[in-house]
Amino acid sequence: MSEVKLSYTISGDDFTRAGEASGDVKSKLKVLGVAPDIVRKVSIALYEGEINMVIHAHGGTIDVTISEKEITMVLADHGPGIENVELAMQAGYSTASENVRALGFGAGMGLPNMKKYSDDMNIETRIGEGTTVTMKVFLQ
Amino acid sequence: MTVEKLYDAAGFKTISKGDGKKEVKAIFCCDMLSIAMSKAPASGCWITVVSNMNTLAVATLTDVSCVVIAGGVAVGEDMKAKAETEGIALFTCEEPAFETALIVHDLMNA
Ligand SMILES: Nc1ncnc2c1ncn2[C@@H]1O[C@H](COP(=O)(O)OP(=O)(O)OP(=O)(O)O)[C@@H](O)[C@H]1O
Ligand SMILES: [Mg+2]
Repeated sequence: MSEVKLSYTISGDDFTRAGEASGDVKSKLKVLGVAPDIVRKVSIALYEGEINMVIHAHGGTIDVTISEKEITMVLADHGPGIENVELAMQAGYSTASENVRALGFGAGMGLPNMKKYSDDMNIETRIGEGTTVTMKVFLQ
Repeated sequence: MTVEKLYDAAGFKTISKGDGKKEVKAIFCCDMLSIAMSKAPASGCWITVVSNMNTLAVATLTDVSCVVIAGGVAVGEDMKAKAETEGIALFTCEEPAFETALIVHDLMNA
């Protein structure tokens, strides 16, 4: 399998479309014959990241690279940044607004899910500038 | 039990038929999407009061076999249309989540 690259622009205010990029990646991985457990890990990690960009950071971009060795997901936004990453990573921590909670978000489990379902995760963030989350899922 | 058993279950309304031949292997109740995302069992029947497009996104990504919107919560036209195009079996039930789960449970064990 040669390298496959997928890129998406995520709109910041359209909750109803959030999840479309992750859904598209999921179906492409299936077509590429990636094992179901890997597809599940990538889909969950990516969906949580995609939703976070929409509800906390006014949208952003997603770049997915599928190589023979690993699937790399880079989610970049120009949102407010994360003040305390260690705190944000804790299960149950959430700053989600009432509006967003009414839609079923705000359990504070998104980042923990991303950590759990990816094999490697790195967060780079600057207050007022934005956040870039890089996740990898290994194929071998 | 297969999904089609729910098509005419008492108190259930079919919003989108999905694949009636899909097996329902478990029942799962949860209203927080990111918890459902990691805990919803594949081929499960997911019961929730959260009725929006994101419910369907989570349903697709977790491979549940059907979704029941409980508690008499309505499903919007856009959500119904999306469930139909994605082939997701979607129901509503007037009963609260626990009673809804009991109905599904009884059918599974009938
Ligand atoms: N891309 C981001 N930009 C800014 N802040 C973020 C970003 N992603 C996460 N956060 C912050 O980290 C917190 C925890 O994120 P996490 O995804 O774990 O929970 P949540 O999104 O609040 O709720 P859930 O994911 O369970 O629906 C968020 O409430 C928010 O304050
Ligand atoms: Mg989140």
